[in-house]
Amino acid sequence: MKPSEPRDATRLPDEATGVPYLRSWRGIYFVVFGSFLLWVGLLALLTRMFS
Amino acid sequence: MNWLDYVVLITTMAGIAAYGVWRTRGRRDLNTYLKGRRDTPWLVIGLSVMATQASAITFISTPGQGYESGLGFVQNYFGAPFALILIAAVFLPIYQRLNVYTAYEFLGKRFDPKTRLLGAGLFLLQRGIGAGITIYAPAIVLSTVMGWRLDLTIVCSGFLVIAYTVAGGSEAVSLTQKYQFAVILAGMVTALCVLLTKLPAGLTFTDALTLAGGFHKLKAVDFSVNVRERYTFWSGLLGGFFLALSYFGTDQSQVQRYISGSSVRESRLGLMFNAVCKIPMQFLILFLGALLFVFYQFEQPPLFFNQAAWKQAAAKTGGEHLRSLETGFAEAFAGKREHLQNWLDARHAGNPAVEAAARAAALAAHDRSEAIRAEAKKAMATVKSSDADYVFITFILRHLPHGIIGLLISVFFAATLSSKAGELNALGSTTIVDFYRHVIKRDGDDAHYVIASKCFTIFWGLVAIAFALFANMTENLIQASNIVGSIFYGVVLGLFLVAFFLKRVGGTAVFWASVTAQILVFVLYFNLSISYLWYNIIGCVACVLFSLVLQAILGASRPSPNPVT
Repeated sequence: MKPSEPRDATRLPDEATGVPYLRSWRGIYFVVFGSFLLWVGLLALLTRMFS
Repeated sequence: MNWLDYVVLITTMAGIAAYGVWRTRGRRDLNTYLKGRRDTPWLVIGLSVMATQASAITFISTPGQGYESGLGFVQNYFGAPFALILIAAVFLPIYQRLNVYTAYEFLGKRFDPKTRLLGAGLFLLQRGIGAGITIYAPAIVLSTVMGWRLDLTIVCSGFLVIAYTVAGGSEAVSLTQKYQFAVILAGMVTALCVLLTKLPAGLTFTDALTLAGGFHKLKAVDFSVNVRERYTFWSGLLGGFFLALSYFGTDQSQVQRYISGSSVRESRLGLMFNAVCKIPMQFLILFLGALLFVFYQFEQPPLFFNQAAWKQAAAKTGGEHLRSLETGFAEAFAGKREHLQNWLDARHAGNPAVEAAARAAALAAHDRSEAIRAEAKKAMATVKSSDADYVFITFILRHLPHGIIGLLISVFFAATLSSKAGELNALGSTTIVDFYRHVIKRDGDDAHYVIASKCFTIFWGLVAIAFALFANMTENLIQASNIVGSIFYGVVLGLFLVAFFLKRVGGTAVFWASVTAQILVFVLYFNLSISYLWYNIIGCVACVLFSLVLQAILGASRPSPNPVT
């Protein structure tokens, strides 16, 4: 059995996201960060309102 | 459970497993066996990553955590989105480019064989223990509540997952996880909906939140800076970040799930799916527990949720004390219920002063009933596993209709099988790729290694079953598995961070730095009383710092003949 070898000796190009309106990965990471802020905000609000 | 519940349970579990074996029949080469056909779309990757992480412990124990301690545990996952972004951006492209079977193969290419074996060895030790907990945890709860024999429950669920994991490899694991997670989602949503319908008529959703909040069950975010507090925003963000980075980035049970993607894009989107869904999913499970608490303010809960153990103890000599505790608890509950009603009436009438007084009286009554519960727990101290782990399953068996009970029990088994399959697949892969093929037999052909992989997968399955048969759990299950992880993950993460970002550090320095850092974590764990999440940071930082110091002492390292990053 061959040991695993790199698929390509050169660096693979960064691939397009394929997501509508979010063409770069940075944009997707910002969306993830935004969802984190949203959830922490909602949970903090829940804590403040009912604790 | 009645016949309908058993039909739902057996049909669901056996059907999914059989389908997985049938769909993956005839897979013969090692690459496909360990990595699948490399055509897995992002949603299947995302569900596979989620299903591997969310074992039955999550669904049995976490609602109990919410019932007892409220929503604070959700902070444990605050670091996960950032960790997953870093993994998608840095770790994943390197794994894909190098076309590795295991994460530790990367360590061998970057450093040397001994460092590779160290990383793989730490993983096998930590995951081997974890695999035993994953199979033991649901088994003890289910067997106690259902009256099944514990050993048979462990063995039957263990052998079922061994069967389809060995037969179909990584592809069978991903395929079955997709359907198992659908069962999990359907079951939990159903439980939440039914629970909402079981709350007293006239109790609005806002009333329920007010009650839960009044009893401190909705304190989801704690911004205080207190290292002794187990769950705070900071321990969750920082410690949770390191825990998630190590778990998703370096634990083979997760790496194997996302390197099977058809491209970097599909794997990244699968990871981002988890980054977005992790926090809301955990919140909903904990919130279910908080709502269970509200439910049990109007429906008298058992004094001790593990009723099988309680009845056994009460029937013995000396059981009068337990029965008198039950009588006292019932009286305290009746008194508390009266104050709760006064509180709600005052709230509806818009009378803040009366509402505040009634709330204080309800809290005082709650403290009295909790004191009786504490005494009951003390009397039952010899019982394995925490009573909080029986809260959700007690509710399911007593208050849900037949058919739905079968569905929820299927949820627990589906979660057990899905996470166990991912773990066994990873343990088998790491053993074959990093130890057997690398050290023992280097010149075998594909057919030989596939058979060896299956044998090692069976071996680890039997180890997990054996551990589960002899385990003795005292910590709440969801926390036990996180504690074990936190002790080992920090150092493994440190190893990988040095590999990725500190080019001048060589194999000898990082090897001895890792060994020293791991010893330090063990010493600190048994001598300090801080939140376990901090050990992820301690282990990681110690490994990195020791590596730099040791490399400075050793002098400049020889550059790697095959630069990999």
